[in-house]
Amino acid sequence: MVTQITSFGRSGLYDWMMQRVSAIVLSLYTVFIIGYLLLNPDLTYDQWSTLFEATWMRIFSLMVLLSIGMHSWIGLWSISTDYLKATGVRFFFQSLCGLVMFIYIVWGVQVLWGL
Amino acid sequence: MLVSIYRYNPEKDDAPYMQDYQIELPAGKDLMVLDVLNLLKAKDTTISYRRSCREGVCGSDGMNMSGKNGLACITPVSEAAKNGKLVLRPLPGLPVVRDLVIDMGQFYKQYEKIRPYLINDAPAPAIERLQTPEEREKLDGLYECILCACCSTACPSFWWNPDKFIGPSGLLQAYRFLADSRDTATQDRLGELDDPFSVFRCHGIMNCVSVCPKGLNPTKAIGNIRTMLLQRAT
Ligand code: SF4
Ligand code: SF4
Ligand code: FES
Repeated sequence: MVTQITSFGRSGLYDWMMQRVSAIVLSLYTVFIIGYLLLNPDLTYDQWSTLFEATWMRIFSLMVLLSIGMHSWIGLWSISTDYLKATGVRFFFQSLCGLVMFIYIVWGVQVLWGL
Repeated sequence: MLVSIYRYNPEKDDAPYMQDYQIELPAGKDLMVLDVLNLLKAKDTTISYRRSCREGVCGSDGMNMSGKNGLACITPVSEAAKNGKLVLRPLPGLPVVRDLVIDMGQFYKQYEKIRPYLINDAPAPAIERLQTPEEREKLDGLYECILCACCSTACPSFWWNPDKFIGPSGLLQAYRFLADSRDTATQDRLGELDDPFSVFRCHGIMNCVSVCPKGLNPTKAIGNIRTMLLQRAT
């Protein structure tokens, strides 16, 4: 057992599952948005903003936002533990990733709710 | 035939280098790579490599032949040579002791971690612990591993984290004991594997499967461990 881990859920299984679940959410959203754009070739601003005012769309989008955060954190964390061997550099990289993801999520919430 | 061999003697050399040898191979015969090494060793006694059984059973002559890991004693030259040239290097990813001899310490440490022995505290029956033919069948494709390290040293995940990722060979063995109906430590064993490195660093690249000289499938065993972990947690 490898202890002392800075990964997401600290359990390998949990990270692995999260990675898969978030991947599914992300692909569903991608398919949905592409489908929506294809079905509405002459999309107006009103239509687009009504779509994003619907509660289910906001829930869906927030889920996607959190999935992006989780998915990229788990992925980048793995990459950093593979390739960045100097502890200082790795710690800096992981902190930076964490910070960027936090910013994206807060910013995304702001955009979604038009705050 | 041109044979290029990785040479490194830490007592004499500052850095490893490749040394070329020209050798006449007997016509009409497809020698094994180990035979070629033996012929060369007769000429240049300083070449070092491990070997013992010379028939693919002991697992001591794992090496990298023209870019692919395998056992020198059961790999024909015709298969290993590329464009009439045979390039021999030690297994990648582990420290070189000398020439083609590597330090397998890290590999064995991972093997030790998975506790490669039957754990069962119940008093042993008079004759033996019986298994049904079906239970015994589950061990096929697992117990045959000869610990040659060809797979683990072909695995990028093992190269980057040899101290944390158990590696394909160790995980194949871990599953061998998880699947054994006579072993009673299944839950303990699983508990020891559920961290982000030991099992989950495997990304399913399947280098291990492509090199295993015994035709075993560590990736499948790793998948089975993952399923067991999932069943245990949900
Ligand atoms: S399948 Fe897994 S264990 Fe096998 S080589 Fe790939 S990462 Fe390594
Ligand atoms: S699984 Fe195959 S390649 Fe790996 S150590 Fe065992 S016999 Fe060698
Ligand atoms: S010498 Fe024993 S496996 Fe090759």
